[in-house]
Amino acid sequence: MDDFLAARSQMALSLGFHIIFSCIGMVMPFFMAVSHYLWLRTGNENYKNVTKAWSKGVAIFFATGAVSGTVLSFELGLLWPTFMKHAGPIFGMPFSLEGTAFFIEAIALGFYLYGWDKFNRWFHWLTGVMVGITGIASGILVVAANSWMNSPSGFDFVNGQYLNIDPMKAMFNQGWFSQALHMCIAAFAATGFAVAGIHALMMLRKQNVGFHKASFKISAVFAIVAAFLQPLSGDISAKFVAKSQPAKLAAMEAHFKTDTHVPLIIGGIPDTKKQEVNYAIKLPGVLSWMITGDPAKPVTGLDRILVKDQPPVAVTHYAFQIMVGLGMMMMAIGAIGLAAFFKWRQWLHQPWFLKLFIAATPAGFIAVEAGWTVTEVGRQPWIINGVMRTADAVTPMPGIQYSFYLFTAVYVTLSIVVVFLLKRQIQMVPVIYDKPQLNPAL
Amino acid sequence: MLYIVIAFLWWSILLYLLMGGADYGAGILELLTREGNRAGLKKTAYRAIGPIWEANHMWLIIAVVIIFVGFPDVYSLVSVHLHIPLTIMLMGIIARGTAFTFRNYDAVHDSWHRLYDRIYMYSSFITPMFLGIIAATAISGRIDTDATDFPSGYILNWFNWFPLSVGLFTVCLCGSLAAIFLAGEVPGSDEKWRFIRKAKQMNGLATLFMVLLFVSASLQGIPLFRWLFGNVISLIADVIAAASLAMTWYMIYQSRVKTSRFYAGLMVMSLLISVSYPHFPNIVLLKNGGSLSILDHAAPSATINALGIALLAGSVFILPALVYLIWSFAKKRSVVDEDH
Ligand code: HDD
Ligand code: HEM
Ligand code: HEM
Repeated sequence: MDDFLAARSQMALSLGFHIIFSCIGMVMPFFMAVSHYLWLRTGNENYKNVTKAWSKGVAIFFATGAVSGTVLSFELGLLWPTFMKHAGPIFGMPFSLEGTAFFIEAIALGFYLYGWDKFNRWFHWLTGVMVGITGIASGILVVAANSWMNSPSGFDFVNGQYLNIDPMKAMFNQGWFSQALHMCIAAFAATGFAVAGIHALMMLRKQNVGFHKASFKISAVFAIVAAFLQPLSGDISAKFVAKSQPAKLAAMEAHFKTDTHVPLIIGGIPDTKKQEVNYAIKLPGVLSWMITGDPAKPVTGLDRILVKDQPPVAVTHYAFQIMVGLGMMMMAIGAIGLAAFFKWRQWLHQPWFLKLFIAATPAGFIAVEAGWTVTEVGRQPWIINGVMRTADAVTPMPGIQYSFYLFTAVYVTLSIVVVFLLKRQIQMVPVIYDKPQLNPAL
Repeated sequence: MLYIVIAFLWWSILLYLLMGGADYGAGILELLTREGNRAGLKKTAYRAIGPIWEANHMWLIIAVVIIFVGFPDVYSLVSVHLHIPLTIMLMGIIARGTAFTFRNYDAVHDSWHRLYDRIYMYSSFITPMFLGIIAATAISGRIDTDATDFPSGYILNWFNWFPLSVGLFTVCLCGSLAAIFLAGEVPGSDEKWRFIRKAKQMNGLATLFMVLLFVSASLQGIPLFRWLFGNVISLIADVIAAASLAMTWYMIYQSRVKTSRFYAGLMVMSLLISVSYPHFPNIVLLKNGGSLSILDHAAPSATINALGIALLAGSVFILPALVYLIWSFAKKRSVVDEDH
């Protein structure tokens, strides 16, 4: 494995790992806050137990998210020193604000996790909400940094020099809104389906049904709402990509020849040599219509992009198909969920219904990873779109592959341990929560 | 504004050394405690540190962000040449952060906890050790930007006696901070004296490594002696550090353990002033005689201004919240329970 490939793989691995924890860190506090609120309002013990059980899960995820994030802030330099040397002062603004958000999040979490029965109950509740709000804020900020890499602004690039730096303009680059919106919704969808799926499984097994039904309902509502918003926001993202990064859009759609009445390609196997897509479903004119609002208008294809500036087509296209496919599937499951909540309430206990949600457990997270693959691989060969090539940014230190192996080993181990811990947490539910009055501090 | 940013950087490093340091120290103490006595220590440390431990480690993130936004040349140079120690430190951070959480939150208590404990203790040792190594290497003038072979470019700069002894010194400093801090957190006097004994041992070891540190510095031609004693500011700081150390122990024997914490903190602060003042504004010294000045290698002023404003605005939110967090858990600790 050469150093450049190793560096890219290590970055992708670290980010792919971190994103799971950050999604959970952004979203779970809201689930907790809702359940906590319901407990404070109704006094139903189930809600209290759900809140406490979730908060322990959150503590585990938060710590893992925090360390993997700390690692990332060093890795940017360890792997891409040339990039950071020039980009740091330009896109650093969101990171410096993010520092504040993290700090408040960590403080609020301290209050929340350790503050049971020690503070005014609404103050305590509010600190939980604060954890969520600051988590979302950090998500938005860091995505703004990433969207700057996609649509750089806030500086002038003259003869290899980065002049007239304007950090605020860089932060509010053209892409920040669509990307941050899409990311936040994705976090809710992914975490919502994952949590709902796990509790659906426990309901199917008839364990602590009251407890798991309460958890299922809260998480499923969030998941369903997000699943409906996701394609809308994805459409905004796609229009933005068409404008700012035609090469990425062409790769996503495996759209080789610039043309009018461009079809929307669903599935298929792109053949880059012959410049065609085999075995795909083609909806005539739909891509032109989606991007420009008019089926007769042209959409830039890969033929207008220099070969040395083209991203890998196959990976980007497959990743995009996976994301959109899963998005549609989640929306369909969401529709069935809505029907169950509003009309056919008996479905909530029927095995087929629960199995549907169980099947969707990993869907959101797979879509998140696929979506980031679209964004990042689709930006290649650029690390800063149109300005700096990834290959020019990599560290001169040799032997990065060993670092990659090390990180892989660590992250694989950590993932296994986290899953193992979560399983033990769930196994303990009957032990801890079937006798709710014994130890109120738990 | 540049000076404000530098001040924030300096304070973040100091606070990380104090708060993160005490945090690591708790793990170091556990490592040096006999198996039988560990359970009590673990409980005390968790009670005292649990609510604020996430916040303690934020100072490192703040410092890193300030460096990569405000001083990108420093960040990228150090990242390239100290890749290996930085990676080892990161491994320590991962291991420690996760092990700390796992051992406190794993719902089932069985032999897995022995593994978490072990990882927690060793990584509590390794992380500050490598932080010390990295800091020492930066100022030791051994970073070789012209190196042509792998060892001299990436290994020999940090793998030598001076950084290693600074690393060990940092470990002992963390250990003694933790011991002094925890001594004020336990009710029983038996336990308290156990911590005080630990603090004494740590102080002794720190002195030993300090000697090693000076010897290795002079062997390697690092003008440490001149830095620490060759200018008025450092001299004053040294005197304050020595006096604070004396006061720390005086207060401990007066049974005013909580006051002793203040002096221990003051001592660390003075030490940091004493070492950072003499070569300011150069924070990285290179083998070829060059150096990176934090004043000349700052980001363009638009960035520095924005960063400074972000930091000032951030502290308006953070500091009161943090103080309230620490204060309220210190006050309520008597009621803190056997939650876990
Ligand atoms: C639950 C996860 C999820 C789901 C169901 C979808 N997405 Fe997505 N998508 C993401 C999660 C995601 C993401 C991981 O969050 C990305 C990566 C970067 C970003 O900001 O969001 C993303 C990126 C992303 C991009 C690239 C943005 C860029 O590079 O700037 C486009 C064009 C879309 N999405 C479009 C869609 C469409 C049309 C969907 C229709 C169903 C869709 N996404 C569903
Ligand atoms: C789209 C990508 C990202 C998102 C949405 C995201 C979001 C988050 C969130 C919500 C947290 C809080 C952790 C939790 O609550 O569990 C977090 C932690 C962290 N992230 Fe990320 N992050 C992303 C990428 C990055 C990158 C690229 C970096 C580094 C440059 C980074 C640095 C950090 C750091 C240092 C922390 C720890 C702070 C803490 O303890 O709260 N993140 N991230
Ligand atoms: C957490 C969600 C993210 C995931 C899963 C992700 C995924 C990836 C992947 C797959 C690559 C490798 C692309 C390739 O080389 O072919 C990559 C590269 C990279 N990403 Fe991201 N990314 C995420 C967010 C971010 C954010 C928020 C930032 C910075 C603010 C960022 C910065 C980078 C950098 C610097 C590289 C290396 C250069 C490059 O390949 O262009 N990423 N990421």
